[in-house]
Amino acid sequence: MNLVTQIFTIAASALTIALVIALMRRGRLRERHAIWWLLAGTLALVISIFPGILAAAAIALGVSVEANLVFFASIAILVLVCIQHSSELTRLEGEVRSLSEQIAMLDLDRRLAAAEAAAPEQSGDRDGYDHR
Amino acid sequence: MYGPGQHDAEALRPYHDSVPGDLARTLIVIPALNEESSVGIVVESVRRVLPDVQCLVVDDGSKDRTGDRAAEAGAWVATLPFNLGVGGAMRLGFKVARARGFDRVVQVDADGQHPVDQLPALIAGLDDADIVIGARFAGVGDYDARGPRRWAMRLLAWALSRVCRTTLTDATSGFRACGPRAVEVFADNYPAEYLGDTIEALVIAAKSNCRVRQVPVEMSARIAGAPSQNAVRSTLYLGRVAIALVFAILKPTPRPGGALA
Repeated sequence: MNLVTQIFTIAASALTIALVIALMRRGRLRERHAIWWLLAGTLALVISIFPGILAAAAIALGVSVEANLVFFASIAILVLVCIQHSSELTRLEGEVRSLSEQIAMLDLDRRLAAAEAAAPEQSGDRDGYDHR
Repeated sequence: MYGPGQHDAEALRPYHDSVPGDLARTLIVIPALNEESSVGIVVESVRRVLPDVQCLVVDDGSKDRTGDRAAEAGAWVATLPFNLGVGGAMRLGFKVARARGFDRVVQVDADGQHPVDQLPALIAGLDDADIVIGARFAGVGDYDARGPRRWAMRLLAWALSRVCRTTLTDATSGFRACGPRAVEVFADNYPAEYLGDTIEALVIAAKSNCRVRQVPVEMSARIAGAPSQNAVRSTLYLGRVAIALVFAILKPTPRPGGALA
């Protein structure tokens, strides 16, 4: 790795970290989601500054091409983040579903109350559904 | 379990002979998505068969005037802000039932496919079961399906019969009645996933010790619209049925009162 490449990779990882921190500060990214990107950015920064760590890790793990270890780690992080997102999405869908159920129930309550107010002795049958 | 039936002998009409318990505590839930041409007819025919029963139409994010038609026919209308599928609509139906003191829920499709004249028989079945399924292919009617869709139904019938320890020939039928025990379980745990309403619901019920049985019914042709039937879709359906079955059985048993969603 020559000096230009090294400066380039250091700048890229530093920018990534800066971007994540900036988004967190403005409240556009929550800590629980940011933690993965911070970890990945920091890892990239450390390896850019000290490429020896990557070489040592590759040898220790029996990976003959250093770049492959980088690809493996990157893809692994992306896959984990995707799984986390799917899980969050499922939770969000459940919450939205509950909310819509509650809205529908409140709306029904309102209509039935309106119908009861309009015709107390004939309650429950003709409802307060407004015919738009 | 069943509470004491609150019969009012004077108020009972002849058709009530076969209907146990108090119809005033039975809620007919009709999930409807863009069924403006048939939902009113369905509500009216239910009220013709069982004049005292309350209908709840769950408007599942319809783009047409389904809600208006249902209200004009005299049903309560609960409007979901967007489409949640039959399972989501039924879950709302069970919640409304519990919130308003109904302890029996009967599901009827809004497309007019279900024979509402057989509602009394379905509800009467709750005498010795917690869930009663109105089944096609049970020796009555001429409804038929072929190819992968039929295999899917066979697979379901076999697996769910084992899970529920009874003979179910048409587990995907949406024409079903639920007694107090099942309503209690479903108000908290009704699965809203695609296919969950038919498959997982029965597995949850069986795990909660609900007794399931079927009564044979004759299905009429849909009043409006056409059922989706082509080879690719049917095969996809078969696959989804298999996956839904496996996950329904693998899921942990719901605790009473604890929502899974």
